[in-house]
Amino acid sequence: MPIRTVMKANEAAAWAAKLAKPKVIAAFPITPSTLIPEKISEFVANGELDAEFIKVESEHSAISACVGASAAGVRTFTATASQGLALMHEVLFIAAGMRLPIVIAVGNRSLSAPINIWNDWQDTISERDTGWLQFYAENNQEALDLILIAFKVAEDERVLLPAMVGFDAFILTHTVEPVEIPDQEVVDEFLGEYEPKHAYLDPARPITQGTLAFPAHYMEARYTVWEANENAKKVIDEAFAEFEKKFGRKYSKIEEYRTDDAEIIFVTMGSLAGTVKEYVDHLREKGIKAGAAKLTVYRPFPTEEVRELAKKAKVLALLEKNVTFSVGGALFQDFSRALINQKEKPILVDFILGLGGRDVTFKELDEVLEISKKALAGEEFDEVNWIGLRKEIL
Amino acid sequence: MAESPFKADIERVQKEYSEKMTPGAIAYIPGSSVVNKTGSWRVFMPEFNRDKCVRCYLCYIYCPEPAIYLDEENYPVFDYDYCKGCGICANECPTDAIVMVRETK
Repeated sequence: MPIRTVMKANEAAAWAAKLAKPKVIAAFPITPSTLIPEKISEFVANGELDAEFIKVESEHSAISACVGASAAGVRTFTATASQGLALMHEVLFIAAGMRLPIVIAVGNRSLSAPINIWNDWQDTISERDTGWLQFYAENNQEALDLILIAFKVAEDERVLLPAMVGFDAFILTHTVEPVEIPDQEVVDEFLGEYEPKHAYLDPARPITQGTLAFPAHYMEARYTVWEANENAKKVIDEAFAEFEKKFGRKYSKIEEYRTDDAEIIFVTMGSLAGTVKEYVDHLREKGIKAGAAKLTVYRPFPTEEVRELAKKAKVLALLEKNVTFSVGGALFQDFSRALINQKEKPILVDFILGLGGRDVTFKELDEVLEISKKALAGEEFDEVNWIGLRKEIL
Repeated sequence: MAESPFKADIERVQKEYSEKMTPGAIAYIPGSSVVNKTGSWRVFMPEFNRDKCVRCYLCYIYCPEPAIYLDEENYPVFDYDYCKGCGICANECPTDAIVMVRETK
């Protein structure tokens, strides 16, 4: 029987790692994900998890140890956040390029300076071009489930890419919620043993990994990483379907909520999706045709699903906790890219909000609604809006 | 010069690697890095004096490439296709049978 209990997302991530039975875990403590390696080392020390826990001196070493272990052919896991993930940056490309299915749990946190330990998505968004798969959890249960799914997808022979699962700092990592811990047997059945065919160490089968590629081969190598990202779209759908069958919880790349007759759809990721769904209910009571959509998978970008979603709405309000120094945030760019050649497309409005752990409440969402309504009515509106910005101190 | 013991493998690698991209660009055949000749990086080359050599094999053991083979009489043979001219062999040689000289055309 699955155990229903209460725990923080950090603990849920550690439990997911325990259920996935990785052979090597290398981690360095960083706020807000410190509890994950702490909990895992407890599991290892108690003999509940048969794995090598490597205490390293930095995140660069953590991911390097994971790359080494994964290249040797075992399931590996690590956890980090913010500057820690940024410190891993160069090795993230190597992990993806070498096609090593490492899974990272990330407590989504802002990047310095100024130093801020609270939630936004800047850390993982900054790593969106590394070739890693990216999942975003809305609650603690999803944090657990998506890590299991991430292992499943990452290790699929058609994919063979590393994956990161993000969950919002403090909002999830340090908040206790009911979580169902699935049975070990069912997880074993779902994940199976990791049996690498492409990369493992065996004296009888010498190979060279992390090779040098001249211009004649590098481009093809990069193409295969891109192709694997494309393949991952189908594999993720299959993994979601199998997960639903085995565990009863349904996931999709884009989760839609009351979108069928919606005029304005609020699109977001992570824990903010929960707030937005509540807000949509609140608007529906007032007779406003609003809907919500949540991206569970951000990389590979679910282009097809985004196009389907775009057909349903007149205005897509993109709520995002990150800044890119182009136009608006990352979601705005990806949505624009996905829709640019479509015949009929909704108006896109971008909202940057909740940076560095600032609360996003109905008050901020009211501002979002006002601007979205303007766009819907054909009035003049700003494409990019900073919501909750304290203009008086600027 | 002694022929590389990996010759057959090298030819196979050159053929297969240029025809098929593997996941993670992994080279599955040993000796694949031998394809990349590194001798052109050299500035100094080891010059070998057979009369001084006592056949202690230190040069052979210490060569990091390894670009030194042993001939039938166990004298070292330098493979200048892969010798980068690091000078470790000359440094280790107890009888100064190896000296590094600036490479000339």
